[in-house]
Amino acid sequence: QKVTVEVLDHLEHLALVDFRDAEGVERLQKAIQFADQLHDVNTDGVEPMDSVLEDRCLYLRGDDVTEGNCTNELLKNAREKVEEYFVAPPGNIPLPKLEERETFLQSS
Amino acid sequence: AARGCGGVWRRAWQRGAGGPSPAPRGQRAVACNARGGAVPAGKSGLAPWEPVVGLEIHAQISSSSKLFSGSQVQFAAPPNSLVSFFDASLPGTLPVLNRRCVEAAVMTGLALNCSINKKSLFDRKHYFYADLPAGYQITQQRVPIAVNGSLSYSLCIDNKMSQMVTKTVRIKQIQLEQDSGKSLHDDTRSQTLVDLNRAGVGLMEVVMEPDMCCGEEAAAAVRELQLILQTLGSSQAVMAEGQLRVDANVSVHHPGEPYGVRTEVKNINSIRFLAKAVDYEIQRQIEELESGGTILNETRAFDSKLGCTVPMRDKEGKQDYRFMPEPNLPPLILYDAKSLPANMNHQQVVNIDLIHERLPDLPSVKRAKLVERYGILPEHSFTLLNEDGLTEFFENVVKQTQMKPKKVIGWILNDLLSYLKQHSLTVKESPVSSFLLADLLNLLEKKEISSTAAKQVLAELWKGEGKTPLEIVKEKKLELIQDQKELEQICQAVIDGQENE
Repeated sequence: QKVTVEVLDHLEHLALVDFRDAEGVERLQKAIQFADQLHDVNTDGVEPMDSVLEDRCLYLRGDDVTEGNCTNELLKNAREKVEEYFVAPPGNIPLPKLEERETFLQSS
Repeated sequence: AARGCGGVWRRAWQRGAGGPSPAPRGQRAVACNARGGAVPAGKSGLAPWEPVVGLEIHAQISSSSKLFSGSQVQFAAPPNSLVSFFDASLPGTLPVLNRRCVEAAVMTGLALNCSINKKSLFDRKHYFYADLPAGYQITQQRVPIAVNGSLSYSLCIDNKMSQMVTKTVRIKQIQLEQDSGKSLHDDTRSQTLVDLNRAGVGLMEVVMEPDMCCGEEAAAAVRELQLILQTLGSSQAVMAEGQLRVDANVSVHHPGEPYGVRTEVKNINSIRFLAKAVDYEIQRQIEELESGGTILNETRAFDSKLGCTVPMRDKEGKQDYRFMPEPNLPPLILYDAKSLPANMNHQQVVNIDLIHERLPDLPSVKRAKLVERYGILPEHSFTLLNEDGLTEFFENVVKQTQMKPKKVIGWILNDLLSYLKQHSLTVKESPVSSFLLADLLNLLEKKEISSTAAKQVLAELWKGEGKTPLEIVKEKKLELIQDQKELEQICQAVIDGQENE
């Protein structure tokens, strides 16, 4: 079962990934096929596991101030800054619609 | 649980400069139906409408450091000074859960009659925005820390304090989650300035089921929640400082029919605006539907200046948050007296039963105690609790005077409180202390002055010139004459004066 162009386009919008070419899409297909093998296992009555950490103790930290005050270090990597603020565009710049993009997905 | 508006639901239309209404109309009076639900009468011939209001409330947890990092939580600070590497989402950093935040959520859950989930999970909610550096928010979508609670609140019927009705709203769940940073929009330079000081601060999201039906109910429920949070200390819940944020979900439908499409209303900055925003949106939807239009499932912002809701830009249709388990955090396990593990460090154990034992008296309990102890009316107890510091003031006066609490309360609520309101002062800023007021009331109680004179003295005391009540009484010669002979002489003189006319 192939992943549709609509789903691929949707993923590109959501995750801002670029499937770039047939190989990229094929890799995704293979990953899904690999994971689908889980369906072959009978999991009736078995609680799903979503982390191998599930039996670990979640460490609780005391409510003390131990970090922060490193404005300069944080801003060092910023391309643009205004008086210790990070600068971003006025709003999210959405990925153009499929028809308007130069993407491999258009031809598939 | 009593649901639906208990009183007459009215919407006065504003004309001209007063502010916009969805469409100019005359006054609309509305009758309650037999069930007691508020059902605004539509245009003649049209079926009545039933509004449905649900709330999503985000309360900032009152803690020294953030939910998953050790940077400080503080309201006003130089931009990006309270930010750790984790808060800025630099690679190689991991979340570490703050115990105090867990306790705050458990306290709040218990106070709202919730079941506390002994095992709760953390998830990632993905979306892109400049003030969310990681590209996802850590929240509790699958299994939150508390579920299935309730909140009782009171409403005055018909604006008369004398008739109060109790309502209940169901609490769907309470979840722990991260706050985002702050975006400052600079429209002139077409850019957004981002301050991450708030990014990562702990939030409790309280989800209220759609059991409310108008702005007044929503406002009353939020007010009570605010008082509870402040009493617990789990959040300071000051809306003006963004510590309490409310989003309203509003829809309307005809009784007996399925629920209508709902809109989400954001950008509500005070309890007063909450009531206005909800009522406006209800009316807008009724208008739209009655004129043959449809309601879009959209997010709208409340414009407090215009008093209306407008569609929000930047909301790209239905969001797909691609929830996934937070891989860096194991499940959060809470214990109670029975399940307490034997060999565990105290610091690592959150005991629900211990937190339950330590809960302070909730507002409803405090009010009941005030009524029982002092013989005041229930509505008095509401006013006392509603004003920061007023209960303490009242009790201090009672302690220092022989006057009965039932009489003292009149002076507190009618005289003191109205002075404070007139001059926009808090109880703490009152020029008249509880000591001075008690002093004055003692003079009245001992019949050394009349009640009229007492009011004059209070007016003088209000100037805050440092004089005692007794000094003012002597200065203005307000003492009641006690001498029998002197009184007879005065009476005689008046009678004689009459005879001469």
